[in-house]
Amino acid sequence: MMVVKVKYFGAIAEVTGVSEEVLELEAVDSSVQKLSAFCLQKYPQIGNLSFQIAVNQKIGINTELSDNDEVAFLPPFAGG
Amino acid sequence: MMRLPFYLLSPEADMADLNRYDRQIKLSEVGLEGQQKIHQAKVLIIGLGGLGCPAAQYLAASGVGHLGLIDHDVVNITNLHRQILYAEKDVGQPKVIVAKSALEALNSEIKVTAYVEPLTVENAVALIAKYDIVLDGTDNFQTKYLINDACVLADKPFVGASIYKYQGQLSVFNFRGGPSYRCLYPHHHLTDNNNCEETGVLGVLPGILGTMQAAETLKMILDIGAVLHGKLKFIDVLTQSDQTILFERSEEQIKFIKDRPLQLERIICELKEKNKIYLDVREVFEQPRIEDKQVIHIPVSQLTERLDAIPTNEKVYVFCQSGRRSKKAVAYLTETHGFDNLLDAGSVESILK
Repeated sequence: MMVVKVKYFGAIAEVTGVSEEVLELEAVDSSVQKLSAFCLQKYPQIGNLSFQIAVNQKIGINTELSDNDEVAFLPPFAGG
Repeated sequence: MMRLPFYLLSPEADMADLNRYDRQIKLSEVGLEGQQKIHQAKVLIIGLGGLGCPAAQYLAASGVGHLGLIDHDVVNITNLHRQILYAEKDVGQPKVIVAKSALEALNSEIKVTAYVEPLTVENAVALIAKYDIVLDGTDNFQTKYLINDACVLADKPFVGASIYKYQGQLSVFNFRGGPSYRCLYPHHHLTDNNNCEETGVLGVLPGILGTMQAAETLKMILDIGAVLHGKLKFIDVLTQSDQTILFERSEEQIKFIKDRPLQLERIICELKEKNKIYLDVREVFEQPRIEDKQVIHIPVSQLTERLDAIPTNEKVYVFCQSGRRSKKAVAYLTETHGFDNLLDAGSVESILK
């Protein structure tokens, strides 16, 4: 097992109810895709929102995850 | 107080009174030469709302020689809690007309051009081409993509910012071959439902972001410091925490912009068929997302674990990005799990209006 810290921004944090949390993942095949699928299962409403994913402060949906990585879910904002 | 040396004066520049800029000329990175650059700069501010107002005020005060202001909207009483350029007497007046007169009163040495019209596919590139830097003060995705694409086509940098409740985003796009907004967020097909009108905003937040946009604009004009490009800054005024995310230019996105005529982003994605139930087997980051009760989202990688979320008593139309995974998913669910109600709908584009 490995742990990743996940941060949620904007409307995504309203869906999850938390701005960050620590998730435990299977160390095997620990891709960002796998993590996002896990989060989608946990918070199905995320599926309706637009967002980008950053790993360790860098945009990258094709990144492999390592223990203690920090992942951020970043929706675009529209307000002005 | 120093006077600007004669050799630094351009013929049309009237910089007789430099005293007002004394405190910024004193900065070694600015100096008289920097003040001259500011005086010669042309900045277009698109949207004179919560972001555009403070940006316009600071840029006018610092002596930016030519400010273009475009907005088709009028001042509304609900604007006043955050758009502090306007006063009660201005309610009902066109924003850019009120702003032009306020900015000219603030600094009579600068030129302000007001455009009481929306930015459109027709006027965007020609208008942007007249200015050096664009500042995005808009409040909707459609105009943000239009600004981005027009700036790529006109080869101009733009300072983007947007807000959501207590949080803000800031980045400089298309700066010296850097990434564009589309490189960060390739497209956006959601209903445009998170502007300040509908979600609310703390009045000071756009003030902070708009002022930061003015700072980035001045840095570009003066060519000093590190411009925030290829980086997205997130600010949260409730927690006073911020985060900077790196992102890269996508040649594919730039090509996408350059290879087609400028057009409006399709923001609202409506299903063609209102009565069908759909299963979206794409991963969560694939766009466009479709916000609709008729759509169930289960990525291919999760199908086996979430079989019970798929209805069995009515027809379900399965789709993905291109139509390849939906075909496989239908075959897999039918052959391995005994579903007899699934149909392959193909690509996401094919099911949208």
